[in-house]
Amino acid sequence: MGEEITLNITRYNPDKDGKYTTQRYSIPYKNDWSILDALNYVKAELDGSLTYRWSCRMAVCGSCGMMVNGTPRLTCSTYLNEFYPKEITIEPLANFPVIRDLVVDINDFMAKLKSAKPWIIRKNKRDEDDTSKEYLQTTGQMDKYYQQTLCINCTLCYAACPVYGLHPDFLGPAVIALGHRYNKDSRDEGKADRREVLASEHGVWKCTVVGDCTEVCPKHVDPSAAIQRTKVDSAINWFFSFLTGRK
Amino acid sequence: MCLLKKINALEPLWWSLFGAGGMVAAFLLPAHIFIQGIAIPLGWVSPDMFNYSSLIGIVGNPIVKIYLFFMIILPLYHAAHRIRLTLEDLRIEWLNHILPLIFYGGATGLTVVTLIVLIRI
Repeated sequence: MGEEITLNITRYNPDKDGKYTTQRYSIPYKNDWSILDALNYVKAELDGSLTYRWSCRMAVCGSCGMMVNGTPRLTCSTYLNEFYPKEITIEPLANFPVIRDLVVDINDFMAKLKSAKPWIIRKNKRDEDDTSKEYLQTTGQMDKYYQQTLCINCTLCYAACPVYGLHPDFLGPAVIALGHRYNKDSRDEGKADRREVLASEHGVWKCTVVGDCTEVCPKHVDPSAAIQRTKVDSAINWFFSFLTGRK
Repeated sequence: MCLLKKINALEPLWWSLFGAGGMVAAFLLPAHIFIQGIAIPLGWVSPDMFNYSSLIGIVGNPIVKIYLFFMIILPLYHAAHRIRLTLEDLRIEWLNHILPLIFYGGATGLTVVTLIVLIRI
């Protein structure tokens, strides 16, 4: 027998008893295993009923987010050696309804994402269909939004956000960051379209600048800064429309 | 709760005052606390420079009055916004309904007091 490490994994099966339980698994410890590798080992060798979501194994798809010892992490890029020889607790992402075991329901996030219109909007709708037209950008123009393009919709920021936990109506970090990303794109003309969502009661103003979204973001998108910049834009617009009477 | 709705609709205003107040509280207030709260009482600066008659002369200047006005009121709104949001997270329903009124109302009340005091100097 080589070295072993213990995983405490949250189990939940609505078809069985609908209760949250914690199951302990002792697995071989391998220095180069990620937590996702360990979960795959559990599923293949110990308990085929364990349910979790994953795909790419390389921090690109954003599927394998879970709470690892209470912190939202991508399990594919979190390694056992960070915790060994201590036990590791793996739970489904906080602030989301659980479907089964470690799989959460992110429909709320998907609906909010769509509401922020994270795509390029042109005032002339024909521009959007005309694929022959080129829109040149300078490096400086791209630099304004590039950081936010790195978002992989893994929803770790939602699991970390205490405001989202308290107010489920809050638009949340990633959606605002992606709205900001298109607002800052020189090819985009949809700022006003997004404003009613981003600057709404449930938009940027709900954020209390806790900053945990930025802490946990595996792609360094810095949603917190994006939210604050959107606040500045929205406040300037608010003063402007207040003074001019324009909606 | 019509008044509350009106107060909440002014969120961009409260946030702007909060942001401006944060700048003042971070950059200007420490200098004032150091000069008026520490350096003068400990005699690190010449008392002749900061006696009552010379200070009242400085404060009487309209530009200094405008400076003092913003230096005093902006951190009030900063504190009001921050404490309100912190208390809101306690999720006490009835309290949340009166928090904006108490804090923004309080800050606005103290703004009026500040204005009156500065005008009367």
